[in-house]
Amino acid sequence: MSLAAVAAEKAPSEHVREFTLANGLDVVVIPDHRAPVVTQMVWYKAGAADEPPGSSGIAHFLEHLMFKGTDKIPTGQFSKIIAKNGGEDNAFTNHDVTAYFQRVAADRLPTVMAMEADRMVNLRLTSEDVKTERDVILEERRSRVDNDPGSLLQEQMMAALYRNHPYGIPIIGWEHEMKKLSREDALAFYHRFYAPENAILIVAGDVEPGEVRALAENTFGKIPSHGPHIKRARPQEPEHDAPVTVTMEDPRAGRTTVQRYYVVPSYPSAKPGEAEAIDLLMRIAAHGATSRIYKRLVVEQKVAASAGGWYTDSGLDSGRAGFYAIAGSAHTAEDLEKAIDGVIAELRNKGVTQAELDRARAAHIAEFIYNADSITRMARQYGWRLAAGMSVEDVEEWPDRLKQVTVDDIRAVARKYLIENDSVTGILTPAPEYTSSIGDKPAAQAAGNGKS
Amino acid sequence: MTIRSSLFPRMARLGAPLVAVALLATPAAAKGSGMKIQEVTSPGGIKAWLVESHANPLIAMRFAFRGGASQDGPGNEGVAYFVTAMMDEGAGDLDSEAFQEREQELAMRMDFDAGRDVMLGSLQTLTENKDKVFDVLRLAMAEPRFDQDALERVRAQILAGLKFDENDPETVASIAWDKLAFHNHPYGRPVKGTMQSVAAITADDLHDYVRRVFARDKLVISVVGDIDAEELGKALDKIFGDLPAKSELTAVPDASPTLGPKREVIVMDVPQSVAQFGLRGIKRHDDDFIPAYVLNYIVGGGGFSSRLMEEVREKRGLAYSVYSNIYPYQHGAVFVGNVATKNEAVGRSLAVIQEELKRMAEQGPSEEDLKSAKAYLTGAYALRFESSTSIASQLLWIQIEDLGIDYVKKRNDLVEAVTMDDIKRVAKRMLEPDHLLTTIVGKPVEPAATARQGTPG
Repeated sequence: MSLAAVAAEKAPSEHVREFTLANGLDVVVIPDHRAPVVTQMVWYKAGAADEPPGSSGIAHFLEHLMFKGTDKIPTGQFSKIIAKNGGEDNAFTNHDVTAYFQRVAADRLPTVMAMEADRMVNLRLTSEDVKTERDVILEERRSRVDNDPGSLLQEQMMAALYRNHPYGIPIIGWEHEMKKLSREDALAFYHRFYAPENAILIVAGDVEPGEVRALAENTFGKIPSHGPHIKRARPQEPEHDAPVTVTMEDPRAGRTTVQRYYVVPSYPSAKPGEAEAIDLLMRIAAHGATSRIYKRLVVEQKVAASAGGWYTDSGLDSGRAGFYAIAGSAHTAEDLEKAIDGVIAELRNKGVTQAELDRARAAHIAEFIYNADSITRMARQYGWRLAAGMSVEDVEEWPDRLKQVTVDDIRAVARKYLIENDSVTGILTPAPEYTSSIGDKPAAQAAGNGKS
Repeated sequence: MTIRSSLFPRMARLGAPLVAVALLATPAAAKGSGMKIQEVTSPGGIKAWLVESHANPLIAMRFAFRGGASQDGPGNEGVAYFVTAMMDEGAGDLDSEAFQEREQELAMRMDFDAGRDVMLGSLQTLTENKDKVFDVLRLAMAEPRFDQDALERVRAQILAGLKFDENDPETVASIAWDKLAFHNHPYGRPVKGTMQSVAAITADDLHDYVRRVFARDKLVISVVGDIDAEELGKALDKIFGDLPAKSELTAVPDASPTLGPKREVIVMDVPQSVAQFGLRGIKRHDDDFIPAYVLNYIVGGGGFSSRLMEEVREKRGLAYSVYSNIYPYQHGAVFVGNVATKNEAVGRSLAVIQEELKRMAEQGPSEEDLKSAKAYLTGAYALRFESSTSIASQLLWIQIEDLGIDYVKKRNDLVEAVTMDDIKRVAKRMLEPDHLLTTIVGKPVEPAATARQGTPG
């Protein structure tokens, strides 16, 4: 494979350079010379929603196995070599993407880039590695999900929310399928999706674009493109004809909690302007102590000890808006559900005020500026958007697009998307017969103060 | 600007085999950046460390008052934590709603956090809002309202949090461990308090804590970002000048953590048990602290490079996470580790951990382990200075621990100077596996087997 010329080159902003290698790898460089360090991230456009049926968890399992070894890197040495270079590394998997990253001194970029490029195509796995690591992901599932009733409920709610789309399958996998994941399953997923034209390389920090380009051509650039077009064929969601309620009783629940999820558009899937309006709607509705849900449920009606919500905005095929409320000591799930319904009805019927919109917008735009303080957060911010098919311009023009959102836009998206049939309500209650076997064990210093 | 394609000199390394590249000398960044720390003294005599950076229109400030949760009296635990949750619930003329709307309008980030020994504060603001934001911070500390309705609301939230914590195995293991190690010492009490203590906290308790602790004589401050020394000096007087000159701290005695072996099992119906294990640690100003810090990296602080990760996860697949830390509290240090593993494998995991600690105490690490640890610790030090907030945090802790304004420059040399003899001495001193204190939360199914392995409890 010869070193071909750069196929495309764009300079959409003063902060960011973007180009594509001949083999299809997209490269984004975010120079920032404040500290002599760099963050390298490789984002693969493949995640848990791209798994073959019956192999849930394979995308995440492969992410673990990517740290095993290649012809050049002996088994188990990848992270150790990064550490010996004074670097930190990790990876994460979600439904749409799998990303690997390192933070190192700028003069170690050639080493980590060569290593990242190497494992894009040269992964070597032994059966023993696979077997041991499968035990590790099963422990990870117990830590993240099985030991926590809140996570178990979330898993059930996601499965109810998505009747057909694989977003309903947990990223970590269903336990019975995880137990059967094999070396062959991992390699099949790897060979299908891990290829230069299906990845984005982001380098942020104390480097110049020309330097990164030369390094990338010498490493990733030598990897042939996959050949046949990599297709992501996912079952899509039908129209929903009824809302669903999921109820769980668990002695470990602590307090009664009610959650409400809605399927809504994400930034990648939305019509122009709609995601921005939903983003601001959800900040006004559910972010922090000035939010609608907090004011109504916690301050005024006093049915909840705490309440809030979120907008999952980066999904390729759809996003989610969520609300939650944690009961005070004397209130029931019905009280909470009714109160949440009241907040939604008010948003749909009356929308939000101009003052609320102005405050939310100022806070959102400030967050964009705050993010620029950290090269790692910058790399992540661009990575999420670009991996979902958006452009550097989309990221940079986001504050301007927020400025165009009106109170009418917000009421319109509330009416269009906060609808009953696209919702799932989750209710978690402590089992009534529960008597604590640990007595009056107090709590730890680590947890937050429960305000958001 | 156009994209340049010139090759930089560092490119020459590319052709070398990867593994050989891995053990080259210290990364350039470890040799120190050009970061300049100024010591600013305000006209009113308040000191702060400042790193000026005008790259982004942002200012990050971190500050701390000595005297954290350890100032909570017996039966009154949770006051410091309660204060942190009340700091944005109204001050001066602003009730909680008005205060929080003001914060949002100004797009400011203000947070308080109760450590064992220090009350920590952090502030971030856009340059354009700085004067207004500094005034909100002043108001929050000098004139907190602690109104009754806000107090009851926050109390309900803390109680709900404690209720969840009761069912969180990791939290339960941690609190039980602190109690086992520190008994009636303030470090043995939970920072967030208990159901009973939080139920009884009053506005007077909160006001009393603020009056005693939020004072200028126990204050350290670091600032990074878009502000110069002169302007910062004026701002310091404005923000902190209204606070009392002198604190009224309760003396905290030195603690002497319990020596094991002791093992406490707290039964909880979960598929995976969480265990916390630990020993006496080494305090920050002990000559052995830096060697102990390097040793902890090798044992359990170094992620995939650590011995415990290698033995427990990589070789045996027994756990997703296993790690250790040194907590060099002001009045007593501990070395503490955690592992989470299915109920059937708890005994085995703990036996593997104990065996590894024992091996380390008897033989020490390999030369290779020590060399790798130093390479990481010195090379990665620069990563802590990546953003304004992370720099401010580093400089704050250097002040809290009283390490001197030149510590950033000295720190890697201190790590480099650690010898194998130092490590072996400290391993013998700190890693005494026969004295392990362990708390296990879950349904461990091998109590008999673990007992046979020499850890009665």
